[in-house]
Amino acid sequence: MSDRQQVLDRIRQALGSRPDGEANPVHPVSRTYAHQHGDRTPAETTALLVQTLEEYKATVHRTIPARAAELVARLVAERESAYVIVPPGLPDDLLKLVGCSIERESADLTARRLDTFGSVITGCALAIAETGTIVLDAEPDQGSRKLTLVPDHHICIVYEQQIVGSVPQAVARLSPTRPMTWISGPSASSDIELNRVEGVHGPRHLDVLVVATT
Amino acid sequence: MSGTYLGMPAFPEAARQALGDDTLRANLRHATHTIRDKRARAVAELDDWAELREAGKQIKDHTLQHLDIYLLQLEEAVTAAGGTVHWAADAAQANRIVTDLVKATGETEVVKVKSMATQEIELNEHLAAEGITAYETDLAELIVQLGDDRPSHILVPAIHRNRSEIRDIFRDRMGIWGRPAPEGLTDEPAELAEAARLHLREKFLRAKVGISGANFMVAETGTLVVVESEGNGRMCLTLPDTLISVVGIEKVVPTWRDLEVFLQTLPRSSTAERMNPYTSMWTGTADGDGPQNFHLVLLDNGRTDTLADEVGRQALRCIRCSACLNVCPVYERAGGHAYGSVYPGPIGAILTPQLRGTTSEVDASLPYASSLCGACYEVCPVAIDIPEVLVHLRERVVDQGGHQLERAAMSAAAWAFDHPAVLAAGQRMASRTRRLHPSRLPGPGRAWSDSRDLPPVPDMPFRDWWQRQQGEKGDAQ
Amino acid sequence: MRVALFLTCVNDTLYPGTGRAVVRLLNRLGVDVDFPLGQTCCGQPHYNTGYRRQAEPLAHRFADAFADYDAIVTPSGSCGAMVRELYPRMGRRAEAEGRGSSLAEAIAKVVPVTYELTEFLVDILGVTDVGAYFPHKVTYHPTCHGLRSLGLGERPRQLLAAVKGLELMELPGAEECCGFGGTFAMKNADVSASMGRDKVAAAVSTGAAALCTADNSCLMHIGGIIRRQGEDIRPLHIAEILASTEDEPLT
Repeated sequence: MSDRQQVLDRIRQALGSRPDGEANPVHPVSRTYAHQHGDRTPAETTALLVQTLEEYKATVHRTIPARAAELVARLVAERESAYVIVPPGLPDDLLKLVGCSIERESADLTARRLDTFGSVITGCALAIAETGTIVLDAEPDQGSRKLTLVPDHHICIVYEQQIVGSVPQAVARLSPTRPMTWISGPSASSDIELNRVEGVHGPRHLDVLVVATT
Repeated sequence: MSGTYLGMPAFPEAARQALGDDTLRANLRHATHTIRDKRARAVAELDDWAELREAGKQIKDHTLQHLDIYLLQLEEAVTAAGGTVHWAADAAQANRIVTDLVKATGETEVVKVKSMATQEIELNEHLAAEGITAYETDLAELIVQLGDDRPSHILVPAIHRNRSEIRDIFRDRMGIWGRPAPEGLTDEPAELAEAARLHLREKFLRAKVGISGANFMVAETGTLVVVESEGNGRMCLTLPDTLISVVGIEKVVPTWRDLEVFLQTLPRSSTAERMNPYTSMWTGTADGDGPQNFHLVLLDNGRTDTLADEVGRQALRCIRCSACLNVCPVYERAGGHAYGSVYPGPIGAILTPQLRGTTSEVDASLPYASSLCGACYEVCPVAIDIPEVLVHLRERVVDQGGHQLERAAMSAAAWAFDHPAVLAAGQRMASRTRRLHPSRLPGPGRAWSDSRDLPPVPDMPFRDWWQRQQGEKGDAQ
Repeated sequence: MRVALFLTCVNDTLYPGTGRAVVRLLNRLGVDVDFPLGQTCCGQPHYNTGYRRQAEPLAHRFADAFADYDAIVTPSGSCGAMVRELYPRMGRRAEAEGRGSSLAEAIAKVVPVTYELTEFLVDILGVTDVGAYFPHKVTYHPTCHGLRSLGLGERPRQLLAAVKGLELMELPGAEECCGFGGTFAMKNADVSASMGRDKVAAAVSTGAAALCTADNSCLMHIGGIIRRQGEDIRPLHIAEILASTEDEPLT
């Protein structure tokens, strides 16, 4: 007997007989938990995101669309990155003032080559205010998952209308068929004496631009 | 589960040895007390915690009740998304599948994300026997691997090590496995993290095969989820060409939406964070993003035996957060190694005897490794009534023979308690001879009196006082 | 209201003073309390050690002994939890094992009217100031089954806080188990004693003259360590403090 059949048989034996009609079970969970924690205006939601991001050691910059390119250029310059990588679909407008060499992600970009870039600049799918989380879902303005992993400095642009309040609100908006990375602050570890220290394998510096809706 | 833990002493003896290790005791006390208070604060932030906990419990129970159906749905979805699904009835089969898959790539080294399932089946040892080196990349797993040690905690396998011990292991052992530790390494946690970053980066960049577990698998979409902090998980899950995920069959959840519950309860219970730094989610393979070959190995290895027990099956709800370890006063003193398994602490005490039976000395002692204080149940984010299962498993140990002396004593006590006159006679005898009672006992009683005085026996039991008093009242009337 | 004292076998045999204190306290509050002589042990040691079947006759005995009362009061959190939480579970298990519903039926009447002492005082009698007098510093350890199985919450502390002259000292790590755990104290004596020593050290650090609980089985363990170590703190059941008055002070 195949292992597959063996496991399935054991499960059925363990569970005993099931009432008819349960071959396509209805999921009966009582979802009485909160859709979001507390009521907030959009401005309060943005403020909460800024606070939760900062509590997890991300550096947050609030700006307006007209000033975003200037800010991006300044953050790259401050990090002294000589090479910057960006996803294929990130708007040129955001990059026009960056003073160093910029490359767009291509299909043949290896991890080893990616390791030579100082900074990566991306957009995001959405951000979650209550938890200080940015979700990337590999759309053209975000690139592949490794793009935001190997460089040591990640600049992420979040437009105010992309901010949701809570985890359930985020889950409702996302499609799991896309590869996804949820990011909450820079890379960290709790492995030494169960105390959080920032800076292990992922980017050690996370700059988040929160761009106001005009 | 096998090799490494054979011949472990029973829990009380292993715990006694651990209690004599002052460094271990201080390390565990420091770490568990730090996280306890933080967890309580993180949980208190959510006023719907009780509802989230209940929903998590219901989702898991519903899934377990229909496990075959959801696994088949998962298999179909993963396959449709470009992955390949394998089934393993036991550890040997899982190891065989993984070894064959790695060999087929022609590679002799793999990078690994921390995974309880692969620890459980002792995959690294099997790969090594086949000439394949598995590099652990989680910081704590790295400490354990470099130190030729065993894990002692679900979340933080090196919790028994303090920062200066970690510094020594890095300084002495990193060079043997690859890039040596930087000169003059101190025991600052940030410096230690930096040393791990440098040591492992080269391995990540050249890796062709990654091996992981998963925290959740979504049946309706075929999505796998890995929750982590450091980014080593992201490295292993996205850079290699081939990804092999070994996952226990109980890790499936029905729908994508179900994750909204666990992504709130797991980080807060586990590292006391609102959200862990990185969560990766992937569905089969994606063009131009991540491994182009994805294999999912579904592991039974005793889980269906656990499922067959109506009381014990709630242990399969576990999402491996480790909150029960951190709050447990017994774990804090005995340490993880005393539990003789990769699953230590309260959850280990109910999971291990179900996954591998209660025939060995250490496994039969695990259900008793608890004062039944209930702190574990209180913090469990999926409401596993660990004390209930512990007592249930004690019955199993008793039914398979237990301890003859204890059985005789329990039967005698049950008989005496069912005959109040016998009980009263015994009480009076004790009172009459009370001046003769020593404060320390010989034989089995030493277990009590080695560290505690016996209570003095009163001059008469309450029932005699009561009857005397009632008699006086009657006389007075 | 016909009220019965379910004293527990440990108190009956080793701590009759606690039983006398409960009787004195309840009488003072106008409650006439009876002690049914058919009571023995609730079966908790058997149940928790894995001898559930041997506990069943004791549950039947309990149900018979207390069948005629409107309220059953016990000065033990863990024995109270045995009746309230575990008897129903035993009844369900017996039914699930095809051994009929006789146990479930027998306990149905007594389970809902069984109260731990502080619950009975606060919830049923509606008092927190019982007119007690105890001019000493006291620290309170909430025992696990009272705390987590019965949910006694603030009741014991409310009662203690209302005692004239009593200064309630906060116990560090109060909700941590003392390490007794029934047969755990014997089967894992080293861990149990380590937990107990830490509990005693925490209590001593408060400067209290007495360490109070609402369960003598835990106090037997804690008190055994106190005596062995020669610590200057007295283990005391809450009933003895609440029974103490200016006219008849606890000595």
